[in-house]
Amino acid sequence: MMHRQVLSGWGRYPQKHCMVSAPRDAQELAGLAGHGGVIARGNGRAYGDSAVGGAATLDMRRLNRMLSFDPDSGVLVAEAGVLLADIIDAFLPRGWFLQVTPGTKFVSLGGAIASDVHGKNHHRDGAFGSFVEWLDLMGPDGAVKRVSRRDNSQLFEWTLGGMGLTGIILRAALRLRPVQSAWIRQRTIVAENLRAAIDAFEGAQEATYSVAWIDCLASGAALGRSLVMLGEHAEADELPAAYRAAPLSSPLKRKRRVPFDAPAKALNRHTVRAFNALYWRKGCRGPAETLIDWDTYFYPLDAILGWNRIYGRRGFVQFQCVVPLDGAERSLAALLTETARAGQGSFLAVLKRLGAQESRFSFPMEGYTLALDFPANPTTLALLDRLDRITLEHGGRFYLAKDARLPARTFHAADPRAAEFVAMRQEASLDRAFASGQSNRLLL
Amino acid sequence: MTSETSVPVLVLGARSDIGLAIAHRFAAAEHPVILAARRAAELDADRSDIALRHGVEVTLAEFDVLDTAAMADFAAQLSPPPGIVISVVGAMGDQAESEASLDAATLVMRTNYEGPALILGHFAELMAGKGSGVIVGVSSVAGDRGRASNYVYGSAKAGFTAFLSGLRNRLAGKGVHVLTVKPGFVDTRMTEGMDLPQRLTAAPAEVAEAIFRAVARRRNEIYVRRIWALIMAVIRNIPEPIFKKTQL
Repeated sequence: MMHRQVLSGWGRYPQKHCMVSAPRDAQELAGLAGHGGVIARGNGRAYGDSAVGGAATLDMRRLNRMLSFDPDSGVLVAEAGVLLADIIDAFLPRGWFLQVTPGTKFVSLGGAIASDVHGKNHHRDGAFGSFVEWLDLMGPDGAVKRVSRRDNSQLFEWTLGGMGLTGIILRAALRLRPVQSAWIRQRTIVAENLRAAIDAFEGAQEATYSVAWIDCLASGAALGRSLVMLGEHAEADELPAAYRAAPLSSPLKRKRRVPFDAPAKALNRHTVRAFNALYWRKGCRGPAETLIDWDTYFYPLDAILGWNRIYGRRGFVQFQCVVPLDGAERSLAALLTETARAGQGSFLAVLKRLGAQESRFSFPMEGYTLALDFPANPTTLALLDRLDRITLEHGGRFYLAKDARLPARTFHAADPRAAEFVAMRQEASLDRAFASGQSNRLLL
Repeated sequence: MTSETSVPVLVLGARSDIGLAIAHRFAAAEHPVILAARRAAELDADRSDIALRHGVEVTLAEFDVLDTAAMADFAAQLSPPPGIVISVVGAMGDQAESEASLDAATLVMRTNYEGPALILGHFAELMAGKGSGVIVGVSSVAGDRGRASNYVYGSAKAGFTAFLSGLRNRLAGKGVHVLTVKPGFVDTRMTEGMDLPQRLTAAPAEVAEAIFRAVARRRNEIYVRRIWALIMAVIRNIPEPIFKKTQL
């Protein structure tokens, strides 16, 4: 059963009228797969129109059952609509965590695979797809194929990072990570400028997790000043006595909710500058090493449900690119200088070292990734166009899970793999069957 | 009842959205769960899902609410015997069909009254023998007063509600508690495509939560959303000469 609905991504920009159906089982899904121009949608956490259907959107959240778990190998088989939060809820108390997690736990398993999301350990462990053993992919005819590195390996590889455009991910086998505790030992390195931040990352290649909050309004000598945060899973005997009795449980946090859309002007250069200054000082003063619970460490924003509303009714856009390791300092300086010059404070600015990754269409490559959030308005959209150009000039590329507005020309120029992706889709007759607002816009 | 969490919960009609939500809710509180339905084997994915998420034992049991002859054997083969039995069995049928066809009306009556009443009555006897247990019947607001639009279904639910009320009365001093649940509108497969008012419509998980709490507090009768108690009080109290001319 299809109904009409206004859909958008997490950024709430752009919004589109769409036919939506929420099948209850694989059989019902098979009846919808051949509709034409469909896209599977998980929990709607891609920022733009990745999961807004070309012609129809298939809401996969009802297909959310966990099917089996092998405690010897740590492999969980689950349906695509299961959320990473569900996996943590069920398995962390038993000593298992995700091998790779993005900055929110409210993404679906299918969405994490389709976007081949990365986490703070990409430099060491690679992206989400590295831990997918196999997946079941439904084609336009409703038939389900099991694809893996061994069987139908090409289709498997295209599906990791393929944005749902190779078929509907129905279920997957995901390898989990054994952990001794629910706690992370975090060490914060204060980096006075971009060079120092890069040095901190390069000096921390052995750290399991590394990520930096970057003050994107700092300029001049302080351009790129950052707090680089390194993390390690704490072993049970590294915990204070109070936690040691139950190392796998962590205190329940109260969720806060953003109750209304903030006025469009609430986030401006002054409020963001004030926040950044405060945060910076807090980071400089704080202890270099702390013990924090998994939820606060990996998902600080998840504690504020509906935080996308702080950007007001018009929504927001995220800019995320990766620039090659070689020349990264110059590339990042150019991007940050342009951002600081525009004075468009980004409330959330994140810098991260990515490791090398061989993949057909995934975002990560060896280098540095920079993510910036902006309220959606003509001024920031114009800034994003300038950031696109700088990224292109420096040999960088863009993250589709964050994109809501890239022009096709820019995307194809940045990523020569796009042509192969398009050819593969045409050859397998997938181009008419599966389409999203994004794939239509980017001519994928 | 001591160590309430280890008490096995039997869900009759476990395939339904409400049934599965109930199973999840009790499993989350560490109750072992038995999922009973027709073609129970098809529920294997749900069985593993509940077991994996909540770390409890979940088993499947073949059960047909129309097969009254098999009920005693069905109850006897459950091991360990359930301490809480919840019936979510029911089917609205089609009112027009029920008016036109004796077979259709019979099916609605048997599915919503005869079957659920008999199986819960049987478990109640077993529990009374042991002096403990909880019986939960999911009935309906439709049973509060017969209306033109669904009185075949409504009358069966009325019978079921009356049965539960009598059962509760008889077993009140015998350690067996009986809870009657009237969910009101619920967003399920059964109501998919109907244009239901949001304020009156509960999610399956909300029904499950209400039942879980009502069991813990030994409530007798609940409407899931309180507003339904008010609505049904009004509907019950409209004088018949006026009521018969309404279209509700």
